[in-house]
Amino acid sequence: MSRPTRRQVLYGSAAAVTGAVLAAPAAFADTAARPAAGHGDSAGHGHPAGHGPSGGHQMAEPFDEVYQGRHIEGWPSEDGGHGGHHAGRSAGPHEGMDFVVRIDNDDLHVMRNADGTWISLVNHYETFTTPRALARAAVRELQGADLVPVVTG
Amino acid sequence: MAVRKNQADLTATEKRNFVDAVLELKRSGRYDEFISTHNAFIIGDTDEGERTGHRSPSFLPWHRRFLLQFEQALQSVTPSVMLPYWDWTVDRTPRSSLWADDFLGGDGRVGDGRVTSGPFAFTSGKWPMNIRVDGRTFLRRSLGAGVRELPTRAEVDRVLAMTVYDAAPWNSSSDSFRNNIEGWRGPNLHNRVHVWVGGQMTTGASPNDPVFWLHHCFIDKLWADWQRMHPKSGYLPTGNTPDVIDLHDTMKPWNDVTPADLLDHTKFYTYG
Repeated sequence: MSRPTRRQVLYGSAAAVTGAVLAAPAAFADTAARPAAGHGDSAGHGHPAGHGPSGGHQMAEPFDEVYQGRHIEGWPSEDGGHGGHHAGRSAGPHEGMDFVVRIDNDDLHVMRNADGTWISLVNHYETFTTPRALARAAVRELQGADLVPVVTG
Repeated sequence: MAVRKNQADLTATEKRNFVDAVLELKRSGRYDEFISTHNAFIIGDTDEGERTGHRSPSFLPWHRRFLLQFEQALQSVTPSVMLPYWDWTVDRTPRSSLWADDFLGGDGRVGDGRVTSGPFAFTSGKWPMNIRVDGRTFLRRSLGAGVRELPTRAEVDRVLAMTVYDAAPWNSSSDSFRNNIEGWRGPNLHNRVHVWVGGQMTTGASPNDPVFWLHHCFIDKLWADWQRMHPKSGYLPTGNTPDVIDLHDTMKPWNDVTPADLLDHTKFYTYG
């Protein structure tokens, strides 16, 4: 399985810089709100408002923050930076919609649903409104454990 | 005819035979092949690309075939073993006999969610997490933590009343029986049970918890119940649909079985 391209290739990009600058106030606000947020995006409670079936194809915002002691970051990737494409099956076209999420520099496989919500390999059966919410949920689920490369097929 | 029973009705011997066969598949390495196959489809099935195992019409026949294969593997160890099903509309608390030490073992402990009792507890040494998404090597559960309540019978009945098997765009946004039972729409049946169990069951490597098979066996039974209630409602789509499995398309990874081949489960087993 090929490792994704390294983070440093993006450090010079405008998107990554913008994401990093914006992350600090956002992280503060979300930390304050976190106890109420919990698994608020989770399955079993319908789907977030504002994402109809044609929820649009706008890409989610990049993010880069420390959450509960873990470094989480995410950014759109045209080249489909994920591992996990396995032999014998086509992963299918993603229309440039791939999004990379890392926790302490380890790749977290994520997927965008048709309604614009997101799931990850750690929380595969519940949806989140943004990749950032998904990454935070994964941090809570991991309880300090490291992600490991995925074995498939 | 081979009968799949409600897990609550299993005898002590049937429970022991099931558990022992599962442990033997784990020891031989065959169990982990099922986990990695499931994981591959979890990752590969996308709403706007090819999709076979999940978020698509073949969610139900794909898992029916997957369960048959697992059941046959169990029977290669002990010929009399059948998959039991977990009716979570009835056995809906951590006090259910499902979670007793003579069957699947209990809830995870406070703190790290580690299952510490029963045949699948880490200390038994017989249930290592070889195919995993994170570094933890022990089975975990947190029953009722990720979501408080399992689906109710009324919610199941609401989904069973839907008359159309599946509908365009044939993915997680479809308004259909299949998508409502899978849980991306409506009261959320299948997906919610994964979240309710917690631990590995919330991940792409969910078959690490043997309750996966009992949960999907009930989903399979509900599909059979729905077919009986709606004899004029067939599998959809029936032809020329991009990226998804039509009625007579073969399904990966087997490539020799179609949804049409699997519509009548009574060729293989019945539900008790």
